[in-house]
Amino acid sequence: MSWFKRVKEGIATKTQDKKETPDGLWHQCPKCKKPVLAKDLIKNSWVCPHCDFHEKIGSEGYFRIIYDDEKYTLMFDNITSADPLKFVDSKPYPEKIKDAILKTGLNDAVRVAVGKLNGKKLVTACMDFKFIGGSMGSVVGEKIARAIDYAREHHIPLLIISKSGGARMMESSYSLMQMAKTSAKLALLSQSKIPFISLMTDPTTGGVTASFAMLGDFNIAEPESLIGFAGPRVIKETIGKDLPKGFQRAEFLVEKGFLDYIINRKELKQNLSTLLSIIWDKKTKKKESEEV
Amino acid sequence: MMLFDFEKPIEELYKQIEKAKETHVKGKVNMLDTIEQLEKKVVELKKTIYNDLNAWQKVQISRHPDRPYTLDYIENIFKDFIELHGDRNIADDKALVGGLAKLDNQPVMIIGHQKGRNTKQRQMRNFGMANPEGYRKALRLMKIAEKFDIPVISFIDTPGASPGLEAEERGQGEAIARNLLEMSVLKVPVVCIIIGEGASGGALGIGIGDVVSMLEYSWYSVITPESCSSILWRSWEFKEKAANALKLTSKDMLEMQMIDKIITEPTGGAHNDPETMYKTVKSELKKILKELCETDINKLVNKRIEKFSNMGVYNE
Ligand SMILES: [Zn+2]
Repeated sequence: MSWFKRVKEGIATKTQDKKETPDGLWHQCPKCKKPVLAKDLIKNSWVCPHCDFHEKIGSEGYFRIIYDDEKYTLMFDNITSADPLKFVDSKPYPEKIKDAILKTGLNDAVRVAVGKLNGKKLVTACMDFKFIGGSMGSVVGEKIARAIDYAREHHIPLLIISKSGGARMMESSYSLMQMAKTSAKLALLSQSKIPFISLMTDPTTGGVTASFAMLGDFNIAEPESLIGFAGPRVIKETIGKDLPKGFQRAEFLVEKGFLDYIINRKELKQNLSTLLSIIWDKKTKKKESEEV
Repeated sequence: MMLFDFEKPIEELYKQIEKAKETHVKGKVNMLDTIEQLEKKVVELKKTIYNDLNAWQKVQISRHPDRPYTLDYIENIFKDFIELHGDRNIADDKALVGGLAKLDNQPVMIIGHQKGRNTKQRQMRNFGMANPEGYRKALRLMKIAEKFDIPVISFIDTPGASPGLEAEERGQGEAIARNLLEMSVLKVPVVCIIIGEGASGGALGIGIGDVVSMLEYSWYSVITPESCSSILWRSWEFKEKAANALKLTSKDMLEMQMIDKIITEPTGGAHNDPETMYKTVKSELKKILKELCETDINKLVNKRIEKFSNMGVYNE
């Protein structure tokens, strides 16, 4: 397929995830059940042209949507999971990791890229749900921390796209402490007055919600995304009854005051560009003219 | 006193002591020597048992109904405590308390989870599971501490942040996240002590400190052993296995360098001898605070950020 252009040099290419290409010519929307031509779906940022349903996509998909000419450079992608606790449940943790790497072509549940959005540099850390439920362990924490450091050092705005089931239990407190680590790094980024936009997608729960996802200068979300600290199942078990309709969905969070706005994926790139043109581009221009 | 299954051998000795006392009181035989012997035996046996506890047994001790809670430490270690209420927005969260006090002559701001001792209190305190307004109250108090240059002491004791409808509506995730960010750059010394249970984001939400210490039989983990067991093994029956796998004991946490210190508990646990526990915690706090207060605050904050930034194990 010609829409796929190879990312910049020096980057492992095993991550051409086939899963993000619909099988066959036609794709059936899981929501409205109407058929859509696969190439039209891709052109439409994986949003159903009939009902606006947002198909779940991963980092590859988002990077292609966001970055000019689908060009970007992956960073810190060689970091992989260790097994500090020698954790074994259904199988040893290292085997789980190996399986996940083979199955997804990804090294862990987040990838970091830098590239240009409408000509302006942007660092993006994007989570991949298909890698052990987008769970946050040491690797996710470290890569996000480095993305933040990179944005700070190079004076580039940061976008984090969250999609996570929560903690990587097999790393226990190491997983927990990634919440502290990423939040501390974001405190430094904030002090440097570099913009941080947090985009929450379906689903964003647990430790990710209770750390970097909720700490954006701008917290935004895709329509109907599930966003919360406790998962719906846990809450349901706790209160002993069914949850109200629309509970913990993006629209609910806007009403409760925790999101700035909801953004349709088709408009994401233009929206980010406009937002940054207001708060950031003038600033960089000013800085450049001072340097001259 | 409630005894654990693993303390059963002690129960037998207690029974013998009771019998000996009865005989003595009846005035027939002088049993004082026997009683003394038996009591010595109890101490020895306790030592033996407590030196060889597994992770799950420690979790049980951390939940003993007689274990000192935050307000007990406040009452027995500090003076001039003035409790401060409310987050100035929604409500006063009874599961997370706080206020000003003095540690001898050192002014401090205290925050901490609070559990209840009877059914009514437990409900009022929501089992030590704080809501967003609790975390926001804690942050408000920490900001006051920063303004008046007073160190913060945080007592952690929670089975997790409250997982309810209201907690979600009011932004539990945002409240905890905000605390993590603000605490990591708070410009006063912060000392955290896990005094009982340290579960997940609910614990971490008041857990970013220059010195994070754990009482010997407390635990700290991303999830409770029960929930871990139910998620990984689809049953609550594997909680012992989960407790072990999660490496949640104070010893594990120190070895993995995610805490800075272990505070030794009296033989038989804090609930067995609260007075000794208070004394130990007080002297530890004084030692820690003295050192922290002598350090330049910017250095302290940098070190704090660096410490948490270094947590994590991965291959590269
Ligand atoms: Zn549709």
